[in-house]
Amino acid sequence: MQTNLAEWIKDTPEGIEADAILRKCVHCGFCLATCPTYQLTGDELDSPRGRIYLMKEMLEGNDVTAKTQHHLDRCLTCRACETTCPSGVQYGRLVDIGREVIEKKVPRGLGDQLKRSLLKNTLPHTALFSIGLGIGRAVKGLLPDGIGKYVTSRRDEGVWPQPVHARKMLVLAGCVQPAMAPSINCATARVLDKLGISLIGADKAGCCGAIAHHLNDAHDAHAYVKRNIDAWWPAIERGAEAIVVTASGCGTMVAEYGHLLRNDPVYAVKAARVSALYRDVSQVIAQERTQLSAVLKSKADIYPVDAEVTRQKVAFQSPCSLQHGLKIRGVVEGLLRDAGFDLTMVPDGHLCCGSAGTYSLLQPEMSAQLLANKVNALESGSPDIIATANIGCMAHIESGLNASSRTPILHWVELLDRRLA
Amino acid sequence: MHAPLLADFQRITPTLKVIADTERLKPFETDAFISHRALPLCAVLPESEAQVVEILKACNARGVPLVTRGAGTGISGGAIPLENGVLAVLSRMKQILAVDPAARTARVQPGVANAAVTKAAAPFGLFYAPDPSSQIVCSIGGNVAENAGGVHCLKYGLTVHNVLRIRVVALNGDILEIGSAALDAPGYDLLALMHGSEGLLGLITEVTVKLTPEPEYIETLLAAFPSVTDAANAVNSIIGAGVIPAALEMMDKMVINACEKFMSAGFPLDAEALLLIELDGAPEEVAEYLATVEAILRASHAQEIRRACDDTEREKLWKSRKGAFAALATICPDYYTMDGTIPRRCLPEVLARYAQLGAEFGMMIANVFHAGDGNLHPVIFYDAAKPGEMARSEELGGKLLEICIEVGGTITGEHGVGIEKLKQMCVQFRESELAMFHVIKAVFDPEGLLNPGRAVPELKRCSEWGGMHVRGGEIPRADMPRF
Repeated sequence: MQTNLAEWIKDTPEGIEADAILRKCVHCGFCLATCPTYQLTGDELDSPRGRIYLMKEMLEGNDVTAKTQHHLDRCLTCRACETTCPSGVQYGRLVDIGREVIEKKVPRGLGDQLKRSLLKNTLPHTALFSIGLGIGRAVKGLLPDGIGKYVTSRRDEGVWPQPVHARKMLVLAGCVQPAMAPSINCATARVLDKLGISLIGADKAGCCGAIAHHLNDAHDAHAYVKRNIDAWWPAIERGAEAIVVTASGCGTMVAEYGHLLRNDPVYAVKAARVSALYRDVSQVIAQERTQLSAVLKSKADIYPVDAEVTRQKVAFQSPCSLQHGLKIRGVVEGLLRDAGFDLTMVPDGHLCCGSAGTYSLLQPEMSAQLLANKVNALESGSPDIIATANIGCMAHIESGLNASSRTPILHWVELLDRRLA
Repeated sequence: MHAPLLADFQRITPTLKVIADTERLKPFETDAFISHRALPLCAVLPESEAQVVEILKACNARGVPLVTRGAGTGISGGAIPLENGVLAVLSRMKQILAVDPAARTARVQPGVANAAVTKAAAPFGLFYAPDPSSQIVCSIGGNVAENAGGVHCLKYGLTVHNVLRIRVVALNGDILEIGSAALDAPGYDLLALMHGSEGLLGLITEVTVKLTPEPEYIETLLAAFPSVTDAANAVNSIIGAGVIPAALEMMDKMVINACEKFMSAGFPLDAEALLLIELDGAPEEVAEYLATVEAILRASHAQEIRRACDDTEREKLWKSRKGAFAALATICPDYYTMDGTIPRRCLPEVLARYAQLGAEFGMMIANVFHAGDGNLHPVIFYDAAKPGEMARSEELGGKLLEICIEVGGTITGEHGVGIEKLKQMCVQFRESELAMFHVIKAVFDPEGLLNPGRAVPELKRCSEWGGMHVRGGEIPRADMPRF
């Protein structure tokens, strides 16, 4: 597309990046086909192409109001459009820039500000969130449905193995996940332990920064990023091989650390190193496939891979952050098949479940429609279990499952952990 | 803004989605022909035929012109709004009303995506055959209005061959049912007339399409050639041997490289031209065709022949082909895609002349097209930032189309005329023929409010452009002053 960016942004790093992205777009409209919000509303303004145009107008210096903001807010940032785009338009980056710009240009209403600030200041703080969740669990029956449905039950996390192996990898603790499902990282530690790798934490690390980042607060986001880098750095210097992330949503953020701090005089180099060390848990396990199949074979007497009766049917929900953001496709599915699970067909697997970070709380209507569609799609193959790869999707989908016939939902690494136990 | 019209819309259909502020209208100012744009008075997004009727009645009463669009993927600019007009966007009318596997038909609203029809028909072993490259998103209403083709129309026909019946709302709000459930209907063939009418005659609100049984067996071949001429000769030999492939596509080196860079389907990068050939039918029939085609390819100096080993590989090849135009943006973000048709036998000659003209203009031309039916899609690259470049690309494009006419072809295979090819319409048709188009337009739309100025040029514009067709030295209206 032809562009003519306004003077105030043209020569800034954001302006240069946005211009390069806009120039790649040929306005072909392919992205409309896989955009979850366009599928719901049929309105160009709720499509990637429409939003790109709205942002282009803003960056070219035209007047911008809450109308544009409304449509940018309604974007899930699922990045399905990036997977579909044949021209390689990095929509995710563009919308990050667009949102940051509009946040400064269009003041939000008091209610909106309050809601956003509440989310930003509770979710990333595990201790605070844990207290809330603990109270929520105790009084779940008394809570209104809209909140109560997110108060998920707690699973026993089991034992974290001693770090006895020479090979060590760091794990992102995260913020919401250790409160809601500490079993995920623990299961990862056990699986990697069997593959000869010790998974270690870093005391002062926490939230990856994505929550603040997606609420357009670059300042707070960068603070979280720097805190994690500082917390991980000693272990990295001692030779930690990788930084493992078990929530794909957080993974997209850690993968971007290098980009986000590229102009930071102190942190640029370290951030780039962290992003280079970042691995999704599926990538780490897939790399140890030989070892994994040996371990699986040793368990063959308990879980005979060929015996139909024992095979569990799993519906895998590939989070947008995994398939579109990180572009990791088919890896988890392959590992689950290796481990003897049958995968059911999930129609429209490319569409978002509506969780999308804080989206489910900020855009409840759109989110609820997407959730209903996703639950139908996941349950259409009558699975025994639903597996996912991101804590946000997990909690969101769990809230949408029918209470009476509730199919259990787990992180896929928990399934693998059970099989290897 | 047109306050009385907006008031009409609000009064008659209060639930109608109307967009009338500049900020939100901007994204509607163009379709996929982005070199041209215009901000309409307002955009309306109806959800039902009843709303469409009211919109048309209001526009008719107020004498306001109206442009209709679906997903906005057209590349001849036929759905670019008019500054003094309303833009009707039918993308919210996207219900699949019925799939009848026994009759092999589907009844759909105009905003349903082309590929969604096939998705709905797939459980019955059926598919909707026309498959324009934008099929994941382009809508059926637009497909009818443009008479869309696609890679498979060589064997299965254009949209017009795959539609049984449509509902159309006329400018005065009357609903017309055109076509029937039967293959033939008495009277004039208005169904054919509506196909490719580019929104000039009425608004399509429902389409009944034919569904085709999925072929029993498919073979997809990729053949690489050391020269464009070799590839073009192979195309002629294949059709000449009596084989009708389901698809027969060609791309040149520039396209091969762009596709490979972005979609890595494993296209051979050392080839000058590449053919993608799909053969379908009963297994025995396909086996026989395959032997014939492979022999022809070898005799035509193919340097590599590859068969897709499974559905995944086949889909990958086609995905790359269908994403070719967008992938070309990686070479140069500004380009101009043409659409013309020539007699197949002229392929080598015409492609050589294209290359020569490109060199004369100092502009790169890439070719990716439906070779089997001689439907060319030359792509001209230019730099929009350089003043005058866009105009030059259009001038070159015009010349390329005129070559099509010269060798006995036409100026559009499937993209429509829109605003892009108005000038070449003057070359393609005699004055008397164009006059007939105007008469037909006036029957449906006496006030000239439906997509005026598109698809059919006004006669006086033809003479202004100096593009009037001259046959046998017979100059139409020789007394009219020109230039």
